[in-house]
Amino acid sequence: MAGYVLQRLLLVIPTVFVISIITFVIIQLPPGDFLTSYIATLESGGQVVDQAQIDALRAQYGLGEPVYVQYWKWVVGVLSGDFGHSFQWKRPVVDLIGERMALTIALSVASLLLVWAISLPIGIYSAVRQYSPGDYFFTFISFVGLGVPNFLFALVLMWWAYSQFGMSVGGLFSPQYADAPWSLAKVLDFLSHLWIPAAVLAIGGIAGLIRIMRANLLDELPKLYVTTARAKGMGETSLVLKYPVRVALNPFVSTIGWTLPGLVSGSIIVSVVLNLPTTGPMLLTALQSQDMYLAGAILLMLSILTVIGTLISDVLLAWLDPRIRFN
Amino acid sequence: MTDQAMPADMLLDVRDLRTGFALREGYVRAVDGASFHVRRGETIGVVGESGCGKSITARTILRIAGTSDDSLAGKVIFRRSSGEVTDLLELPHSGREIRRIRGAEIAMIFQEPMTAFSPVHTIGNQIIEAIRLHQSISKEEARTAAVDMLRRVEMSSAEKRIDAYPHQLSGGMRQRAMIAMALVCRPQLLLADEPTTALDVTTQAQILGLIRQLKDDLGMSVMMITHDLGVVAETAQTVAVMYLGKVVEMADVKSLFRDPKHPYTRALLASIPKLGRRAGEPLHPVKGMVPSPFNRPIGCPFHTRCPSAMPGICEKSMPGKTTVAGGHTVSCFLFGEGDKAEEQSA
Repeated sequence: MAGYVLQRLLLVIPTVFVISIITFVIIQLPPGDFLTSYIATLESGGQVVDQAQIDALRAQYGLGEPVYVQYWKWVVGVLSGDFGHSFQWKRPVVDLIGERMALTIALSVASLLLVWAISLPIGIYSAVRQYSPGDYFFTFISFVGLGVPNFLFALVLMWWAYSQFGMSVGGLFSPQYADAPWSLAKVLDFLSHLWIPAAVLAIGGIAGLIRIMRANLLDELPKLYVTTARAKGMGETSLVLKYPVRVALNPFVSTIGWTLPGLVSGSIIVSVVLNLPTTGPMLLTALQSQDMYLAGAILLMLSILTVIGTLISDVLLAWLDPRIRFN
Repeated sequence: MTDQAMPADMLLDVRDLRTGFALREGYVRAVDGASFHVRRGETIGVVGESGCGKSITARTILRIAGTSDDSLAGKVIFRRSSGEVTDLLELPHSGREIRRIRGAEIAMIFQEPMTAFSPVHTIGNQIIEAIRLHQSISKEEARTAAVDMLRRVEMSSAEKRIDAYPHQLSGGMRQRAMIAMALVCRPQLLLADEPTTALDVTTQAQILGLIRQLKDDLGMSVMMITHDLGVVAETAQTVAVMYLGKVVEMADVKSLFRDPKHPYTRALLASIPKLGRRAGEPLHPVKGMVPSPFNRPIGCPFHTRCPSAMPGICEKSMPGKTTVAGGHTVSCFLFGEGDKAEEQSA
C-alpha cells in the first residue's frame, strides 16, 4: 500500500510539469500579449505611453524573448511562490488569488461533503427500493436537478430569500466583514453565508451522484455474494451496507478526481450570480483581458486540483479495493 | 399442527412446494409441486437439467430466493435443533426467526466460490462474521474458531490464508473457504448448489470427498444439487430427480441407477457417455428441448419429449406419486396414477 501511494505521488511530478507547459502554451496562444493591449488602451485614452516603463516591463517578464525563456522565468517564479504580476490589477498574483483560492476550496469541500451526505443515502434507498414511490420521487427530483442549470437555482434562491425574508444572500460575507481581517466573528459569518452557495453548487452533483449510486448498487444487489450474506443469516440493512454498498462505492470514489475541479470551475457562473469572492469570476476576467499571469496561475491551480483529486481517488480506491492494492 | 408431524429421523420434509417469478414475459413456475424429504445424516442428490428449479428449491428452503410470498405454496417442514418442528414457508422471509436458522441450522454453498465471496473483504472477515451472527463470542475467539474450521477443510497455512482476499486463492481453495464458512456454525443441513461444477475434475473429487467426510464428522445432512449423475453416485444415499419444477422420481441411489423407472431418469442415465464406448458411437442426449418456462406443457411436463408417452393420458393430467418399491416413488402413468391420499401422507 505504502509503495503504491509513493509511486502515485512520484507520478504527480511529471504530470504537473507537463500541465505547466500546456498551461503556459495556452495563455500564450492569443496573438499579442498584455502589454500590447495595455498600450492600445492607454493610447485610445489619449495618454502618452512611457517607452522606458514598457521596456522595463518587457525585460522583467521576458516578453518578446523566446517562449521557452518566458516559460522558464515563469516556472522558476512559480516554484519560489511568485506567480508573477497581474497587469490588470497591478498587484502580485499571489496576493490576488491566495484568499480567493482558500475560499474557493472551502466552498468546494463544503459542497462536496453536502453532495456525498445527501446523495449516498438517497441513492442506496432508491436502489434497494427500486420502483417504489420513493424511488420514483427521487428519480424525478434528481432529473430536475440534473436538467436545471445551477445559476438558475442561484437566481431563484436569491429571489426567494429576498422576497420572503428580506435577506440578501449574495457574497460569502456580511458587508461589515468583507474587508475585515480574519477573526472568529468573521469565520462564523463566513459559515453562515457558506451554506447557500454550497447548496446551490451541490444540487447538480447530488442529482448526478444519486443516479450513479443507484445504478452501481443495482448492479451489485443481484450478485451472489449478497445471497451468500443473506444465507448466513445477516439482517438486510447491515448486509446491504457492508457488502454491495461497499463495492458500489468504488466507481463512486473514482469520480472525486473530476468532481473537485468541476466544483471549482463549474462555479464560475454561480459565483458571478451570487457575487462570490472565489477564483471563478477572476479567471473569467483574466482570460478576457489577457492578464496572462493571473489566468495562468488559476489554470495551473485548477489543473493541480485535478491531479490531487485523482490522487485522492486512486489512494481511496486502493484502500477500498484489495484487488487494486494487490495487483 | 398434526399435519406437521414427522418421523423422528426426518430432518426436512418438502411437500408440494410451489414458487415462481412474475417476469415481463409472463409468470415462471420455477418450482411446481416438488416433494421430497431429507433424513438425518443422509445426503440427498437433487438432479435435473438447468432450469428445472433445483437451485430455486434450495433457496426457497432458506427463503432467500427473492420470490414474492404470494407465489409460495406447499410446506417446508424443518426440525430445528431445539426439536421444534417449523414450516419455514410460514416465517416472515426477513424476520429474526428464519435468520436464526440461516447459517446456523441450514447453510448453503454455491457454484461460483469466486462471486460468492465479497471481493473486498478477507475470507476471514466473512467467516468470523458468520460465527458472530449466531454466537455471542469475542472477535478473537471467533477468529480461532475460523482458523480451526479452515484447517478442517484442509486449507494449508490456515493462519495466513484467513487474511487472504478471495482473488488471492485458487478456485479449489475458495470453495474450501466457502465450505468452512457454511459449516462453521455446525448446521444440521447443508444445501450444496452445484458446489463442484466450476472446478476442475481433480479438485472436484477432493471437494466431494471433503463434503462427505465433514458430513460424517459433523453428523449433518446434505442436499447435493447437481446436474451431474456422477456426483450423485459418488455422494448421495437418496436421489430426487427433478424435471420442470417437479420431483418425478425419488429413490435410494442403488435402485435409481439399477432400476430407473421414470422415462426422464432413464433418458438421463442413457445420456451419460460410458467408458469403453467405441469411437464414433453416437451419444444419446435426452431428445428435444426443455419447454419454455412460460409455456409449460399441461399434464405430465415430460410428455413432449417422452419416448413412452401415451397419447390421451399423459397430456391430460399430472400423475401422482406412485410407490413402486420401498422408498422408491415415481410420478408416471406407466406405473400408476398415484398412491391413494392416505398412503401418501403416511
